[in-house]
Amino acid sequence: MTDATLPGGVAAKIRRPDLSEARLRRRYSSERRFRFFGLAAIGLAMVMLVLLLTSIISKGWPAFLQSYVTLEVTFDPAKVKADGTGDFRQVMIDALQARFPEVTDRRHRAELRGLLSNDTDVRLREYLLENPDALGQTRKVRVMAGGEMDTYLKGQSTEVTDFSGRGIASLVDIGGGRMRVLVGANAFSEVLAATKVALAAEALEMERELFPLQRRVADLQQALAGATDEAARSGLAVDMADVQRQIAAANETIADMRRRAAASGGIEVLRDSLPSFIARVNGGAVRLTEVGNDQALGDVLLAPDSLADAAPGTWRVDVYQVAETDRRFKDRQIAWVNDLEARGEVDISLSDTFFTAGASREAEQAGIWGAAVGSVYTLLICLALSFPVGVLAAVYLEEFAPRNRITDLIEVNINNLAAVPSIVFGLLGLAMFLNFFGLPRSAPLVGGMVLALMTLPTIIIAARAALKAVPPSIREAALGVGASKLQTITHHVLPLAMPGILTGTIIGMAQALGETAPLLMIGMVAFVVDIPGGITDPSTVLPVQIYMWADFPERAFEARTSAAIMVLLAFLVIMNALAVVLRKRFERRW
Amino acid sequence: MSAIAEFAEPSTGTNSPMVVARDVNVHYGQAHALKHVDLDILQHEVTALIGPSGCGKSTFLRCINRMNDVIDGCRVTGKIELEGADIYDKRLDVVQLRARVGMVFQKPNPFPKSIYDNVAYGPRIHGVARTKSEMDEIVEVSLRRAGLWEEAKDRLLKPGTGLSGGQQQRLCIARAIAVNPEVILMDEPCSALDPIATAKIEDLIHELRQNFTIVIVTHSMQQAARVSQRTAFFHLGNLVEVGPTEQIFTNPHDDRTQGYITGRFG
Amino acid sequence: MTQEHHEHISSVYDSELEKLGKLLAQMGGLAETQLDAAMDAVVRRDGEAALAIKDKDRDIDALEKETEALVLRMLALRQPVANDLRLVVSTLKTASDLERVGDYAKNIAKRASVLAQLPAAPSTAVIGRLGRLVQQLLKDVLDAYLQRDMAKATAVWEADAEVDALYTAVFRELLTYMMEDARNITACTHLLFIAKNLERIGDHSTNIAETLRFMISGQPFEERRPKDDASNYAIVEPKGG
Repeated sequence: MTDATLPGGVAAKIRRPDLSEARLRRRYSSERRFRFFGLAAIGLAMVMLVLLLTSIISKGWPAFLQSYVTLEVTFDPAKVKADGTGDFRQVMIDALQARFPEVTDRRHRAELRGLLSNDTDVRLREYLLENPDALGQTRKVRVMAGGEMDTYLKGQSTEVTDFSGRGIASLVDIGGGRMRVLVGANAFSEVLAATKVALAAEALEMERELFPLQRRVADLQQALAGATDEAARSGLAVDMADVQRQIAAANETIADMRRRAAASGGIEVLRDSLPSFIARVNGGAVRLTEVGNDQALGDVLLAPDSLADAAPGTWRVDVYQVAETDRRFKDRQIAWVNDLEARGEVDISLSDTFFTAGASREAEQAGIWGAAVGSVYTLLICLALSFPVGVLAAVYLEEFAPRNRITDLIEVNINNLAAVPSIVFGLLGLAMFLNFFGLPRSAPLVGGMVLALMTLPTIIIAARAALKAVPPSIREAALGVGASKLQTITHHVLPLAMPGILTGTIIGMAQALGETAPLLMIGMVAFVVDIPGGITDPSTVLPVQIYMWADFPERAFEARTSAAIMVLLAFLVIMNALAVVLRKRFERRW
Repeated sequence: MSAIAEFAEPSTGTNSPMVVARDVNVHYGQAHALKHVDLDILQHEVTALIGPSGCGKSTFLRCINRMNDVIDGCRVTGKIELEGADIYDKRLDVVQLRARVGMVFQKPNPFPKSIYDNVAYGPRIHGVARTKSEMDEIVEVSLRRAGLWEEAKDRLLKPGTGLSGGQQQRLCIARAIAVNPEVILMDEPCSALDPIATAKIEDLIHELRQNFTIVIVTHSMQQAARVSQRTAFFHLGNLVEVGPTEQIFTNPHDDRTQGYITGRFG
Repeated sequence: MTQEHHEHISSVYDSELEKLGKLLAQMGGLAETQLDAAMDAVVRRDGEAALAIKDKDRDIDALEKETEALVLRMLALRQPVANDLRLVVSTLKTASDLERVGDYAKNIAKRASVLAQLPAAPSTAVIGRLGRLVQQLLKDVLDAYLQRDMAKATAVWEADAEVDALYTAVFRELLTYMMEDARNITACTHLLFIAKNLERIGDHSTNIAETLRFMISGQPFEERRPKDDASNYAIVEPKGG
């Protein structure tokens, strides 16, 4: 540190920068920390993204696949005609009956019919119309499996575990649709153990179900303590006694189950609420109702080919972990499907309905095409309305409007509109377009108009920013050459601002694509089966379709909901990618 | 005297006035930027406007083609006549005025279009050319006059922004002269360029003088001295002195002029 | 000292101009002393003085070269305009004039040493008068230059007529002497040359006055300098025959 003399003769201390080691280290460590936080933030976002995508894709991929059954169908000319008239449903039933002739019971026949999709008769009619020479013939026709069968084949009905058959299995038909399965000593021990495990689990489950009952008792006691009225007291006492009885009965059952679970050996009687144990022997299926160490008794679901002894390893016991009462696809149906599979009459391939069909109550027939077309129409209307109006408004505000209070007011209001919750626009659309103007409900026209109102502020703000970004030197150059204000704007400013405007528009459109609330308000939640033909036909949009499907209980719809979400996300990604590509392409020129 | 006669401009002062400004005042809001300026710009001459920053020379320049109109709060009073017609007359179309009075700016600002389209834009919007071959001819003549033809003729369709700084400025000059204006205004055209490019443009100005009247605002007194026949010195919004360049730089009348050009203030 | 050296935004510029002035002042002083010394040698018939004067002349030459170099540098680096330009160009011209004055003084001194070896010549008195006039003029014009005094300069400019008249008279007189007595010819010839040198010094003083006028006003003298130098046409008939 030396002194220096400044002009004017003032002496000043010369201060040099602090180049010490400590300072350097502090700076390095704070930079490291900053980098770490940045990476951590990105890492967190990536983890979230991966979780989201994994969950959606894992749930949704089954919807893209569809199971089909190849059935031998006889087109009986007595029942159907080549022009498509007749009872094709009967033809279908006959085909099924021919395939599984042992099914006689009415309930079982209904279950058999439930294997196929309920538009199979339509499919058969189509087949005959395409192949008129099939009349009077027997042909192999590929039809869609029903929703529950499809779900089962995708492994979503129940988890299936199995015990490979030890020892020799002998079948004894004891009539009445029941059979006994005899095996070597303790060959069923694993199965028995599994039943006991199932029992214990069941007991635990029942115990858990008691909690609300016990709470009710507590509530009743409290009410009793506080009640003064004699009639009320007696009523409450009766209720309480009732509930306590239920609890006692349940506790007894639980205790019994636990006892049986604890005891080894013996014969277990399987109830419906337990997992199903199916013995697969000689191509047949027997649902076990009693299991012991070396034998079991059960109902025949599918008749075995023969009653000969089965060698070890050629038979097995399947366990369907989800109890039959808890699922829709019954054990008998599972047996039939296994038989169809064994003969190669079942295949799973890319669904031809998911992308082509409209909405439907039946999961296997439901597709997104209707919603997709509806979305496209709606977006087109939205684009056609919001883009010109938005761009011209931005041009006016930026280039022509005088800078006074009124213009400021307009600007503030546009910014506010961009923040308004979208459902408000839905209400506006309902009141104005549907009630006042009387436009058709649920039409893409109205949906597009509502979305246009919503997207307009976004486009105006993006367009204004793009216009502001055009350097004034270009405007001056154009004016200097003798272009009028309008020529300057259309020949020079707008083309240069176009990339920014387009980016803003596409982002606005992507937002509009995913909007649900305002469209619900104008009635696009209606169940629309037909593909909309024009902008005034009733239709729905993808996000609303997703919302509706999420309501349906079938497992198949769960998969379809996720698949539709995947399609929607793909749309959005494509649109955003388009925005990026457009921006890059225009930027190069400028 | 003959050596002087070869280079000096005895004609200065004898050409007819192209632009006549009388009692021109310019206000930016409250600020009085230009005060009572009387100035004649003579035909086929280069007139240089010099002065320290904020003295009003650029403001005056932009009055001549009414570029000040686009600035909010700018008020111009007084009379400015182009070949006898008042350019602030209500009936006069400002777009047509700007076709007769061209402008070249400080930072080269070619349009983000091809070289050809840059030069062709003015003639196109003013309907100068009727056929494509006429337009081609106009483009070639303008580029030749601007000294850019040799360097540009093989890349007419490439973007104008791909040229170097000096070439871009010559392109802007070509663009300005393509509509055949009567007057060309240049606002510090060389301040963003290197000395070689500057020299090329100064040489170009010398040639352009034969066909156009040029008014140039410059920060560099040496440039004014090299390039102009008449020099006007502005100071704090006033026009202090105007006269033949040689006289201004050897024997100025006003002390303020002398003080500025000798570097005693600025 | 002059005021134009101050107030440039670049202070180095100011100091360079100041340096120019100092160089000129130095040269002027030297030239004056040289002339005084030379005339003194003539009048007192001092032969050794010439040597000292000759040596001193080298100083003037050196100063002139220095001035020239500084002027060149300033023209290249400062590109002076207006009054600064006139000042710099004037300095160059004046330095040249002063260097010539120094040379003439040296020449006079050389001839003075020759005259000292010859027998006393007739009438160095008139020469003395011419010499004193020219010395005064030189001093005046240098004062005028330093003080930028136009009035003084104009007086010098006009006084050149007087110098010329006096020179013509000396010319005639010396011719007469030479015609009277041939033994005078050597001395008188040298005296003639001395007179011519003095007349040239007067011319240079006038030049400096003109230069000063240009520097101050930017205008040269309009009129031609009044010339009364009839010596070019002087014919002296020999008396009688």
